[in-house]
Amino acid sequence: MILAKRLAILDANRCVGCQLCMLACSSRLGYAGLTKSAIRVLTPGGVERGFTVIVCRACSDPPCAKVCPENALKVRPGGGVILDQSKCIGCGHCVEACTIGAINMDPENLKPIICVYCGYCAEFCPHGVIALEEV
Amino acid sequence: MSNPWINTLSRVLYIDLTRKSYWIENREDLFEEWLGGIGVATRLYEEEVPRKADPLGPENVIIFSVGPLTSIYPMISKTVAVFKSPLNGFFAESHAGGRSASAIRFAGYGAIVIRGVSDRPVYLVIEPEKVRFRDASALWGVRSAETVGRILREVTSGAGLRSILRIGGAGERLVRYASVMVETFRHFGRMGLGAVFGSKKLKAITIIAGRNFRIPNLREYREIYKEVYELTRGPGTKKYHDLGTAANITTLNVIKALPTRNFSSGEFEKAEEISGEKLAEEMLARRVACVGCPVACIHLAAIREEYEDEKYLYKTEFISYDYEPIYALGTNLGISDRFGLLKLIKTVEDWGLDAISTGVVLAWATEALERGVITKAETLLDLKWGDWRTYMEAVKNIVMQPNEFYKALALGVEEAAKRYGGLEYAMAFNKVEPAGYVTGPLYFISIAIGFRHSHLDAGAYSIDEKIFAQGGKLPSPHDAVERIVEEESWRQVLNSLVACLFARSIYTPDRIAKALKILGYQYDENKLRELGRKIYFEKQKIKREEGFQPSKLRIPERIYQTPTPLGKISKEYINQALAEFEKILEKP
Repeated sequence: MILAKRLAILDANRCVGCQLCMLACSSRLGYAGLTKSAIRVLTPGGVERGFTVIVCRACSDPPCAKVCPENALKVRPGGGVILDQSKCIGCGHCVEACTIGAINMDPENLKPIICVYCGYCAEFCPHGVIALEEV
Repeated sequence: MSNPWINTLSRVLYIDLTRKSYWIENREDLFEEWLGGIGVATRLYEEEVPRKADPLGPENVIIFSVGPLTSIYPMISKTVAVFKSPLNGFFAESHAGGRSASAIRFAGYGAIVIRGVSDRPVYLVIEPEKVRFRDASALWGVRSAETVGRILREVTSGAGLRSILRIGGAGERLVRYASVMVETFRHFGRMGLGAVFGSKKLKAITIIAGRNFRIPNLREYREIYKEVYELTRGPGTKKYHDLGTAANITTLNVIKALPTRNFSSGEFEKAEEISGEKLAEEMLARRVACVGCPVACIHLAAIREEYEDEKYLYKTEFISYDYEPIYALGTNLGISDRFGLLKLIKTVEDWGLDAISTGVVLAWATEALERGVITKAETLLDLKWGDWRTYMEAVKNIVMQPNEFYKALALGVEEAAKRYGGLEYAMAFNKVEPAGYVTGPLYFISIAIGFRHSHLDAGAYSIDEKIFAQGGKLPSPHDAVERIVEEESWRQVLNSLVACLFARSIYTPDRIAKALKILGYQYDENKLRELGRKIYFEKQKIKREEGFQPSKLRIPERIYQTPTPLGKISKEYINQALAEFEKILEKP
């Protein structure tokens, strides 16, 4: 059996706000940019207060899937969701439903950005903030 | 033939503050020929600013530009600002990082040109395809640039995707060396961009990213990206990573090249107290990076302080420290108290002043007072080396300008000394206060003829250091100038990408050519160097037309008295070098 993986925030205090994870996530899809990234790094009020790193935590009972009217979000074995782009109508209910605010709409194709738990972002985290781990 | 990547970059956003209008033009022509960053900004300046324009009048413009590699590769993280400097009246350039470059690039612009003057205080919100002009009347008069940022973080959208540029009281009150704060703790510091903002009644700009661009040749791109990424984490950037630029305090003090008490010495007896090592051990609280940079050279200290009026009530404030503010507001003012130094840096930061110019201005005032050239009737304060509390008051006075003397200080050290005396020790080169190096003659020559008046212009402090390490034999004045011109020409290429110069050893001509090739550009080392030279001489040409004459520059006598690692600087050497430089400009 293949164990499901997810991104873990090991220590957000180590984060320097370089957003290399966001750039990596976008480039995984072949883009340069910030708004297609499934991981977000922002400050809770100025860089002196440190950074908040927000990424899907692969819930075992994900609220986002429950509110999807088209069953476009399938619960993944082991936790988390898989998006079926062809079914998604871009209603944005999942964005509202996510308790930790880990889903954003892609402003260009108007579909939600759902983490695929590939860990590409973690490969480019220079400071050991995030890592791919087994659920 | 046209390169699709250039089309993602070549949109120039024009904003007219007078008419409150904006439009976008595709300037493929500019980005094709001049790459981006400083190359493109130079051409835009050439198009926009009449040679005789008043730097604080409606004819001056503010140009921001990024380049083809911005946020595409690690450490390509800088925005170039070009404008006519209100400090010296010439074409000027200032660079900043933070999130400014990625925000501009991913808002979908290669450059932004801001024209005119607003009739009332305004701030701009720049998004892809859209600019909002917002009333800033309520923000006008908010003296702390940090507070302005705090407010805008709450009232504008785009957390994590935006850059917030703003001025404090110094910019509003047209102090000629007012800075523009970027995010918190980064700046367009030098040359007075803050005063240009102030003159246009422009309090702040928020730029919000929202665009994405398809990267061509993805597989090769990832290979080069990975290679560069590994290098940025290697020994080439270790110094900036560990102690940050503050590491230079010790390095320069050891070779006696650390400006102390108004450049009267190159050695500060208490340098250890405010060294990078000591600051890291005692005060460092957090490290922060610009977007796309694994190095995180931004070092933030925490200063904890009990309120005088209430026992056990404390505040903890954060302040970024770097080599230049430590020199300018520390060693150059004889301050060795770490806490006091950081408080003073914070004061300068809040008011939105350039740390280097402010420190040099205060150092001159202190020496002039000591020598009796001026009295307390002018200074209103007993300025004394090391007395950071009094300097904090003086900083406020520079902004609030309670008398004629402080009005003069707000114009820069050159103007102040012209009016009150003490020109021999008024440290300014082409009217701009210098960054902190007493390494030798090449450094002083390079800042006299530079554009940014940053140590990064040609990095000539490091040429001095190399000469010192190789036994100290100076090149001929002609060769010295050639070396400076060659180095600075190459840096025009880096500044067109726009790379952080801390990555200059990583972005070799070969690697840049490869990185650009993936995006559809055809460059080799020769073509890059040729472009660098072309940009450099284009800038010098503009400055010449604005009246710059190297051989007529006033060089402060002080530099001939203070010993450097390369011995005492000879006046003849400097004069010959400047004359040689003038010849080069006449026949590039």
